[in-house]
Amino acid sequence: MSSELTALTIAEARSRLRRKEFSALELTEAHLSAMERARHLNAYITETADLARERAKDSDKRIAAGEARAMDGIPIGMKDLFCTEGVQTTAASHILEGFTPPYESTVSQKLRDAGTVMLGKLNLDEFAMGSANITSYFGAVKNPWVPKGRNAELVPGGSSGGSAAATSAHLCMAATGTDTGGSIRQPASFCGLVGVKPTYGRCSRWGVVAFASSLDQAGPITRNVRDAAIMLKAMCGHDPKDSTSANLPVPDFEAVLGQGVKGLRIGIPKEYRPDGLNAEVNALWNKGIDWLEKAGATIVDISLPHTKYALPTYYIVAPAEASSNLARYDGVRFGLRVPGKNLDDMYAKTRAAGFGAEVKRRIMIGTYVLSAGYYDAYYVKAQKVRALIVRDFNEAFAKVDAILTPTAPSAAFGINDKIDTITMYLNDVFTVPASLAGIPAASVPAGLTAEGLPLGLQVLTKRWDEETLFRVCQSLEDAAGFKGLAPL
Amino acid sequence: MSIDNATVRRIATLARIEVTDAELSTWAGQLNGIMGWIEQLKEVNTDGVAPMSGGTDLKLTLRADQVTDGGIVDQVLMNATEPQDGYFTVPKVVE
Repeated sequence: MSSELTALTIAEARSRLRRKEFSALELTEAHLSAMERARHLNAYITETADLARERAKDSDKRIAAGEARAMDGIPIGMKDLFCTEGVQTTAASHILEGFTPPYESTVSQKLRDAGTVMLGKLNLDEFAMGSANITSYFGAVKNPWVPKGRNAELVPGGSSGGSAAATSAHLCMAATGTDTGGSIRQPASFCGLVGVKPTYGRCSRWGVVAFASSLDQAGPITRNVRDAAIMLKAMCGHDPKDSTSANLPVPDFEAVLGQGVKGLRIGIPKEYRPDGLNAEVNALWNKGIDWLEKAGATIVDISLPHTKYALPTYYIVAPAEASSNLARYDGVRFGLRVPGKNLDDMYAKTRAAGFGAEVKRRIMIGTYVLSAGYYDAYYVKAQKVRALIVRDFNEAFAKVDAILTPTAPSAAFGINDKIDTITMYLNDVFTVPASLAGIPAASVPAGLTAEGLPLGLQVLTKRWDEETLFRVCQSLEDAAGFKGLAPL
Repeated sequence: MSIDNATVRRIATLARIEVTDAELSTWAGQLNGIMGWIEQLKEVNTDGVAPMSGGTDLKLTLRADQVTDGGIVDQVLMNATEPQDGYFTVPKVVE
């Protein structure tokens, strides 16, 4: 019974809870025992079992009273980047270890209001900086997927690696993620899941530990497209506490799922097929094109000429914003403090001890590109190239309704693989352009490699058009018939 | 363009991150590697292109200039190291 409960989709659990076939408490207990058995994955930094039981009981009361909310009783995991009232929030950094916010982020509050049950806080790359979940102060997360025919522990992708590993291993029904350059989509691809980064401004950033404020967006990681539609709706909406939060109505994403892609024009950007593209990724992409064409879409070849400059642009913009955002960690008001002989010395010692190598690297790069004499040459130049990347997408969306690309250049790689910094950054080569442009983007699991590892395809649409995004995702999911399940 | 040890020292000071002398050349190597890769942006013609700041095409909204929160000193201080009499504390800055 217990493993049957953790295998349910949100949509199934939602109706069976309302029919009282099992209680929210039973559903939560099943997940709490699964979490206990799978601690070796290191997916959770903090488990909140007591809180989960309390909230599950509240859900049961509402369901009994006929007052069930949109996601009442659904157990979810929360990326440990969302501030949660009374629950330690670390951003996977030593500098925030023990930090307990007295407030709740808007997105996690909305999920509470929708009736979800938080099971715990999920591991991630430190301050969401990474593509493999190996930079966490609390240790690397393991991908529940294992390659056929060789002995290797794989990364779950990053930065939302704990979110993806936990959702894939049935340690939660779904999880929140955040995406600055691919941190929802790439782990979703590596773990055989659906990951949606909505339009910049759909989800409030209030109470989310900031990395790069002009790029950060929250979104769901789920086991199918319908669950993503249900959960994204619960996460979105205008928030006066975030000046970049959109004051626009939130569509019913679930309502469009059956509409198919007949008549839609799907763009295939030639720049996403560089020489040396992984053959399996390339073949899967071709399959995806075929599926959409068979489903009645028209395939259109397009060009996004500045694609190759997106990654270097990102590695100026994101570190610049990060170096400014992370200035607040100084040992004075919260988090770690390392004593020094004077105030400046305390700052420098606290930050040297509190930040890991990747975070320091990005703060140093950000500080450099913003410093006197380099600001115009690097930062302003990157802002201009970013404008050109937006223009590329605007011109493309004048011709097509959606764009189909691979999500990541490869399947999951080994936790112990030696990967240099730039090669690691290249993991996000297909996801970063949409982040810079602020457009919605999703990864859908579409197939397996010869080694039996999942690969995702990425769908992009124009700003605020998540409805078309979900239509295309659903069509891909239907055609792919992805039944891949991580070994449990 | 090359980042030498003196530049690393200057950036680390600006960033308030303690770096030992022994670490300087490792940092210089890493930063040069990343910045060298970023150099390719120079080939893009951006004449007459307005820089994009922020991530949204929507107008930022202003709210009424009113006090909407406050009076929560205990909550503000609850995560601080050694708060005293309702204040944060830092090492002595005035002799």
